[in-house]
Amino acid sequence: MSTLHTVNKSPFETNVLEICISLAKSGSTVLLYEDGVYAATEGTRAAVAIKNANGISFCVLGPDLQARGIEGKLANDIKVVDYDGFVDLVAGHDTIQAWL
Amino acid sequence: MATKKFMYLNRKAPYGTVYALESLEVVLIGAAFEQDVSLAFIGDGVYQLVKGQKTDGIGMKNFSPTFAALGDYEVNKIYVEKESLEERGLTLEDLQHLVWEDEDDDYAEKDSIRLVNRSELADVLDDQDIVLSF
Amino acid sequence: MAAIEVNGKSYEVDEEGYLSDLNQWDKDVAEAMANAEDCKLTDEHWDIINFLREYYEEYQIAPAVRVLTKAVGKKLGKDKGNSKYLYELFPYGPGKQACKYAGLPKPTGCV
Repeated sequence: MSTLHTVNKSPFETNVLEICISLAKSGSTVLLYEDGVYAATEGTRAAVAIKNANGISFCVLGPDLQARGIEGKLANDIKVVDYDGFVDLVAGHDTIQAWL
Repeated sequence: MATKKFMYLNRKAPYGTVYALESLEVVLIGAAFEQDVSLAFIGDGVYQLVKGQKTDGIGMKNFSPTFAALGDYEVNKIYVEKESLEERGLTLEDLQHLVWEDEDDDYAEKDSIRLVNRSELADVLDDQDIVLSF
Repeated sequence: MAAIEVNGKSYEVDEEGYLSDLNQWDKDVAEAMANAEDCKLTDEHWDIINFLREYYEEYQIAPAVRVLTKAVGKKLGKDKGNSKYLYELFPYGPGKQACKYAGLPKPTGCV
């Protein structure tokens, strides 16, 4: 069963991304949006945690990256999606786990 | 009325919550009282000053250009904590270049942002009469 | 929502008569707002209105009167950078009245 995890908090404000990664099964997807997108930027501890999370794919919501001026800082191996892509992710997984 | 030292301490990223925008509005309103105002950006607050923000895609107002008006409001002491930038993989180059015009020096443009480390910032905070945290 | 009608075009305004949508602004609605307050817009008025629109475009705020006064003095000359000059042009207050004609929201901190 495939799960889409969504994280919308800054990795510096809460440890929710860490918990999400530790509980996410291989084959699941994590979508970062709102302040969660800061985890997708190069040079942060969160980006290292993402790199080390084998078997989990990571996506980030493009409009939230652009709003925050950090598009150019995106770490490798994280796929940018738009709102349509968000919908496709939701439709393409069996369950959604929204981490708040 | 005696002038007091006011510090606005900004700790939140710009769009996920309303704190950043609220702080900026309070600073602009408070500027009318002609006090000795400083701003500090620590933690996720440093993200407020990142240049190149484009909010069309999220349907929110991009208030980052307003930071460039602070010089007009005689708010020209903007402290940015070095450690907070480093933890986030950022440098001063990633932030807006904020300046103010010194009327007493033939309107010379001077930098508003002062990069300080944590212990220097602690001293700056210790020197304030009032610290407002957002 | 209230609206102003000028030459068959409708402009939405808030309860205090400020345009709801900055992008709807044009010279016709500025003239109409001024006429409604018995103010005839001259080149001097337009200098200030245009200045405010440029300021908003750059900084996304309407400047406080103190800031406006100083900036006008620098851009348009010292003789215009004082509140007496600005209040003569806009007797209801340069912040309130000029910003309204310029299609901007009411200045932050202006009551």
